Amino acid sequence: MTQQEFRTVQGGRIDRDRPLRFRFDGRDYTGYAGDTLASALLANGVHRTSTSIKLGRPRGIFAAGAEEPNALVQVEAPFPEPMLTATTVELYDGLVARGLGGQGRLATDPDPARYDAVHTHCDVLVVGAGPAGLAAASVAAASGARVVVVDDRSEPGGSLLGTREAKALDWVASVAADLHANPEVRLLTRTSAFGYYDDNYVVAVERRTNHLGASAPAHLSRERIWRIRARRVVLATGAHERSLAFDDNDRPGIMLAGAARTYVNRYGVLPGRRAVVLTTNDSAYAAALDLLDAGVAIAVIADLRPSVSPLWTERLADRGVEVLAGYGVERVVGEERVSSVVLAGGREFEADLLLVSGGWNPVGALYSQAGGKLRYDADLGSFVPDGCREAVAVAGSANGTYGLAGCLAEGTGAGRAAVEATGFAAGTGRELPAADESPVTPPAHTWVLPGDETVQFVDLQRDVTVAEIRRATGTGMRSVEHVKRYTTAGTAHDQGKTSGVLTSGVVAHLLGVDVGDLGTTTFRPPYAPVSFAALAGRDRGALHDPIRVTALHAWHQANGALFENVGQWQRPWYYPRDGEDLHAAVLRECRAAREGVATMDASTLGKIDVQGPDAAVLLDRLYTNLMSSLKVGSIRYGVMCRPDGMIFDDGTVIRLAEDRFLVTTTTGNAAGVLDWMEDFLQTEWPDLRVHCTSVTEQWATIALVGPRSREVLGTLAPDLAVDNDSFPFMTWRDTTVAGLAARVCRISFSGELAYELNVNWWDALALWEAVLAAGAPLGITTYGTETMHVLRAEKGYPIIGQDTDGTVTPQDLGMDWIVSKKKPDFIGKRSFARADTGRPDRKHLVGLLPDDGETLLPEGAHLVEMESLPEPPVPMLGHVTSSYHSAALGRPFALALIKGGRDRIGQRVYAPLGDVLVPVTITGPVLYDPEGKRRDG
Amino acid sequence: MMLIPCPWCGPREEAEFHYGGQAHVAYPSDPAALSDEEWARFLFFRDNPKGPFAERWNHSASCRRWFNVVRDTVTNEILAVYKVGAPRPVLA
Repeated sequence: MTQQEFRTVQGGRIDRDRPLRFRFDGRDYTGYAGDTLASALLANGVHRTSTSIKLGRPRGIFAAGAEEPNALVQVEAPFPEPMLTATTVELYDGLVARGLGGQGRLATDPDPARYDAVHTHCDVLVVGAGPAGLAAASVAAASGARVVVVDDRSEPGGSLLGTREAKALDWVASVAADLHANPEVRLLTRTSAFGYYDDNYVVAVERRTNHLGASAPAHLSRERIWRIRARRVVLATGAHERSLAFDDNDRPGIMLAGAARTYVNRYGVLPGRRAVVLTTNDSAYAAALDLLDAGVAIAVIADLRPSVSPLWTERLADRGVEVLAGYGVERVVGEERVSSVVLAGGREFEADLLLVSGGWNPVGALYSQAGGKLRYDADLGSFVPDGCREAVAVAGSANGTYGLAGCLAEGTGAGRAAVEATGFAAGTGRELPAADESPVTPPAHTWVLPGDETVQFVDLQRDVTVAEIRRATGTGMRSVEHVKRYTTAGTAHDQGKTSGVLTSGVVAHLLGVDVGDLGTTTFRPPYAPVSFAALAGRDRGALHDPIRVTALHAWHQANGALFENVGQWQRPWYYPRDGEDLHAAVLRECRAAREGVATMDASTLGKIDVQGPDAAVLLDRLYTNLMSSLKVGSIRYGVMCRPDGMIFDDGTVIRLAEDRFLVTTTTGNAAGVLDWMEDFLQTEWPDLRVHCTSVTEQWATIALVGPRSREVLGTLAPDLAVDNDSFPFMTWRDTTVAGLAARVCRISFSGELAYELNVNWWDALALWEAVLAAGAPLGITTYGTETMHVLRAEKGYPIIGQDTDGTVTPQDLGMDWIVSKKKPDFIGKRSFARADTGRPDRKHLVGLLPDDGETLLPEGAHLVEMESLPEPPVPMLGHVTSSYHSAALGRPFALALIKGGRDRIGQRVYAPLGDVLVPVTITGPVLYDPEGKRRDG
Repeated sequence: MMLIPCPWCGPREEAEFHYGGQAHVAYPSDPAALSDEEWARFLFFRDNPKGPFAERWNHSASCRRWFNVVRDTVTNEILAVYKVGAPRPVLA
């Protein structure tokens, strides 16, 4: 285990009484509580963390926060997590990590942690708890407003944490205490606002236990998503320092000047022993002074500006540091780590650290996501906010205001304006600390230094160089969006936080245009990487989507049913007996329904109660056939089309009274049909006096099917005359079945004599058990959806959504009989007169019999006319929509949609299956009992 | 996620609503009187403006009522909300 040789003797916001052990790239180290993985590595003299993704060049820690482009790591323990930045991973005891060359590895074990979501509303949301954000929050909180403050670091203070501004840090502590004590205020640390959506909807991720490692309490969710709706938003998101393009500017030991200052002051870490500073602006001087105070030698300051503020020159001269105005870096010596830096003109300075400041970029990502415009400020050399339609204000360095006094004043003003806009009288926040500021000399506007463009890096993570950008502009690209997509600059995990504006600057430099005219690329959420686990929260597994079950579900489970998902419903698929597979079970179930008696749970059928004086008028307009002529006590099958004439749903209509109908729909389309009715009633025909109510879950439905079903019903319903004359096909009766109030419908979806018994959902089990008991002497058999499908397909009954796909008319299904010629209009009627719906080569529903009597065609199989396949494109005739083994036919069969199919009956076509073309013969769609003799038992 | 002011329930999250496309496209009173082209225009053609757009929304997860909205398709700003059957309001 190594000592922390690069730790300062004192200072920093780390807890030196709490040493923590960790392992990186297989070596053991120690750090302190309060460290990040990056600061702990630097304390141990480790700069290099990985090799670059494309070129394999050594790369080191470059920044100190979320903007880090280089130091990607994979955490291995306690739980594997890829693609984290070492600068944002808080150190904990037992952390095991390794450096990543741009690509991580997802855990193969299930994640044991929980993730959560919280929704909240507030008057003022402050993003960023630096000086500007805290000043805004302090005023807003003092006004009595509901305030939420989010900040991505472990403690509030922002950039002040990286300074030695003692008075300002005292003020930070007081404001934080005020905020914590205020019941109307929520201060969320370790929380990154990553998305800004319409109407001030801001989404953030709070990392609750990641920093605790293995000691994270199990009852706490690991991360949670905050969905915040704010009346006003104050963005105090700060600024990121940017680099410059010069030769070998990617070497380990090259670091942003502000980051080095943060490592010294916040973490008590020396990023090196001897540094060269390269800058375009004043901010690097303050960093140099802090490093000097901490014991880092400054070899030289190279300032690209031709003249430098005498104030800073004197301060540095007092410390014996030379400042060279008008000088840049020519090259960097050392591959694994900087060993010396050669300035323009050839002077070489020995150094293990090169600090760079190419200027500052206000963090405009969230502002841009909100629809805010950015404007290039030529004095600042950066893009600043320039107007947004959302109720948002930007304060502090996010607004291009870099001095502390300015940040505090702007934050205070933004906080006051926000609470006043929401109807509060602005209170008085904590008294602001005095800020001692030096006059600022304007920065230089330089992006690229002279040198070899093939080793001048613009995006470190994507290995994009000036040469690559020149290749892009050389092909004629003029837009930064195109250059981004061509070079991939700005597309890594960091989304170009340090490189985006530099990319624009380099493009401007190469094209000789103004960077302000080029602009930046578009900012999109998420601002910082967020795990899918956090976004999913608890909406995973069984909670991902509702599961709907019938009143008989427990019985089905207890009796060995296998289930099939139909929309959100779980329906029994089939009931295998000992050793049976699907095929054997379904043949047995089918045989029972055709030869004896069988029963199934049909409760998932959609049911809509349609009531009102105009109910019949509504149904006449929606169904293709006439419903108003239906007599009370009778039932009619109906089809609904869209205005384009394509079938939308089918089902039965039961007339309960002159002004009341019960409509059934397909299982998956019940909600859609109700919505369809409501849409027309509310928007097209508000004059119709009709009300529609879903009663799907009020009525349980049991289908009783087979030639012997009448015997079973007769036993159970002594009051009901069950003979065919008294109770004919397509009628219904209210009666008592097994002592339960029931509505019995004579409806058949199998072609056999059949009934549907409807009872109160709560009575379903009692009825089901009575049916099974009464049917037991006749060998009653339960069946599931697979058998139901076989039985209906043998009869050529289509399933809407399986045998149709939104391009199929009733006529295509051979159901001209269901399309009324009498009604002046109904939804879809006009479309049947369109040329397209009258084409003779439309696809018709037909039956298919494989010639060998054995092959089960896969559903979806294509059908072609020729015996051997020609060169593509092969003309397609259509496809198989349903395919089953038939017990009744003793062979497999299929339904298919085939061009002009009804005119091809008797013809042979081919289904290409792999290398084989299976010959099949086209038949009519009704393969079993075409005369309908079995319907009445 | 827009905050949509339902005329019956007040401002609610976009996720509670379903979109219904362009408003004021009435079902033709006599479809049989329309030419194929006119009928096809009703079936298949809708405006797609950049800027204010009158459109239908349904508060499907709550009161289930349809209503109309004028929304700026560039900014998602909701400029007006009004009930079905009311004329599109004139915006300043």
